[in-house]
Amino acid sequence: MPVADTERSSPMEVTVSGISKQFDRYPALKDVSLKINSGELIALLGPSGSGKTTLLRLIAGLEQPNGGQILFGDEDASQKTVQERNVGFVFQHYALFKHMTVAENIAFGLKVRPAESRPPKAEIRKRVSDLLDMVHLPGLEKRYPNQLSGGQRQRVALARAVAIEPKVLLLDEPFGALDAKVRKELRRWLREFHDRTGHTTVFVTHDQEEALELADRVVVMSQGRIEQVGSADDVYDRPNSPFVFSFIGESSHLPVRIENGAVLFQGQPIGISEPGPDGEGMLFFRPQDVVEVNDGPRLTGKVTASRRLAGARIAELDISDEGAAHHVEIGVPLETRVEIGGELGFRPVHWKIFRNT
Amino acid sequence: MANTSFATGWKWRQASVIPGFGLSLGYTLSYLVLIILIPLAGLVWHTASLGLPELASLATDSRTLNALRISFGTAMAAAFVNAVFGVIVAWVLVRYDFPGRRFVDAAVDLPFALPTAVAGIALTTLYAPKGWIGAWLTPLGIKIAYTPLGIVIALIFIGLPFVVRTVQPVMEEIDRQVEEAAATLGANRFQTIFRVLLPGLFPAILTGFALAFARGVGEYGSVIFIAGNIPYVSEIAPLLIVIRLEEFNYPAAMAVATIMLVISFIMLFIINLIQAWSRKRYGYA
Repeated sequence: MPVADTERSSPMEVTVSGISKQFDRYPALKDVSLKINSGELIALLGPSGSGKTTLLRLIAGLEQPNGGQILFGDEDASQKTVQERNVGFVFQHYALFKHMTVAENIAFGLKVRPAESRPPKAEIRKRVSDLLDMVHLPGLEKRYPNQLSGGQRQRVALARAVAIEPKVLLLDEPFGALDAKVRKELRRWLREFHDRTGHTTVFVTHDQEEALELADRVVVMSQGRIEQVGSADDVYDRPNSPFVFSFIGESSHLPVRIENGAVLFQGQPIGISEPGPDGEGMLFFRPQDVVEVNDGPRLTGKVTASRRLAGARIAELDISDEGAAHHVEIGVPLETRVEIGGELGFRPVHWKIFRNT
Repeated sequence: MANTSFATGWKWRQASVIPGFGLSLGYTLSYLVLIILIPLAGLVWHTASLGLPELASLATDSRTLNALRISFGTAMAAAFVNAVFGVIVAWVLVRYDFPGRRFVDAAVDLPFALPTAVAGIALTTLYAPKGWIGAWLTPLGIKIAYTPLGIVIALIFIGLPFVVRTVQPVMEEIDRQVEEAAATLGANRFQTIFRVLLPGLFPAILTGFALAFARGVGEYGSVIFIAGNIPYVSEIAPLLIVIRLEEFNYPAAMAVATIMLVISFIMLFIINLIQAWSRKRYGYA
């Protein structure tokens, strides 16, 4: 689709430096720094309570930080009010003005401008209809929000946020209230919308699939801190902390000991090696990153369950010894018959060991 | 939230998990007939026996006209004042937490409970030329007690809880994100209040206004103390009815009552229509 000049925004770089935020003595964000490149689509991903929404609201100016700075380009936005920041914000539950039509909702941000910067009426009308085309809802100007479906409402909310030509577009769990099918559609559509308009976009989600599929970079957060920032490949293949490893994708972990470069589980070598000094650590691996091994150094466990995922079979094993039971999940070839109660030996082929500190 | 239902036309009844539609509708109709319609019909019936010419001459009597004008005028003025300040009171109670909030919340209901005569006497004492408030206003040339202004004050007192109590629950339902959305779009506080919040509250404010107005039109106890009851100046229609009754002039009393009934009904009906329209439009239906 050809890109009209008016559609493209001039994207803005956002720098968050040393931001902290406390709610009633409970810290929501602890010294968080993040650089968001202009025109980038970035996801804040984390479990609930990780501070991702708080970070988004701080960027918008809906919350005031207890410390730190937020820069839009070279400009310090920390002291600016929400109104002055000129950000587009999309809420999980749409937050449309239900007494206004779709057209009035989208035009709201333009109509409330002071007379000298307010576009003339005809131009506002034109802009509204262009935006409705852009969000694939042409001709719905006269509808009221309660006459629209959830997916349509969220697209209206997005059109309303974009109408003010924001410096940054912020979306708070934008698809959280929608059903799975609509979510998937809108996810693809948002990516396409972003590529077309080029806004610097930050969205919050707790759905890792959404974050990995949609974002240029994913910011994984936990307990008020940023754990890792990177592409989908980075956070999935090269997680830098036990939290990221277990939060993104499926994984199992076992306590191990490293001696002379060999990895030992409960005193026995398991056939993998790890450089570095001797010590204790935690071995992480994904179900599909193992091979079955029937003799020699390996891990063995008793099969407690087996289940079929779309394209794989997963066996659940109990590796217990000396009273401590460890539960792991490994992928087995589809044609393998797995017997509940039987023994299974395996060895990870890709893994990561996080040393105990 | 997921209010995507469209008007599907009128239906006699809808399936429900709770049975008893016939019973409850029958009860409702008999109750309304017994409590409201029969007494009012009696009034209209008797008035009708007067004959139109006599009714017209009683109705256009200038004392009657003045009393009606004062009753409806002061009730309207008081309802307007309450619509504005009642909304502010509701806002403060809903949005802010402050020491004594529960106390204030409870105090709002006092005009409901207080015998209206007590309210009238208390207000008269305050606003009389030598009263606590009246003494300050007299030098400024403002007279409240024994004027229509006094009636308005009494009706404001009586009507306040109606507005507060109808607006409050709707206000509690307001999604704060709607205000935040307005702010991110660049709306200042003034624009957020007048373009976003108040239109959403409009149906509730209108209901409160209608209730306060209706209560004001019918109010008797508190008004007669503060009004001074000067014919043509500060005599309200309900008082005129009582005066006519005491004169054993039943036809005149009935005529005034019937006119009040008709005007009140028409006004409340119009307000109801506006409400239905705005509810539908704003999606609260």
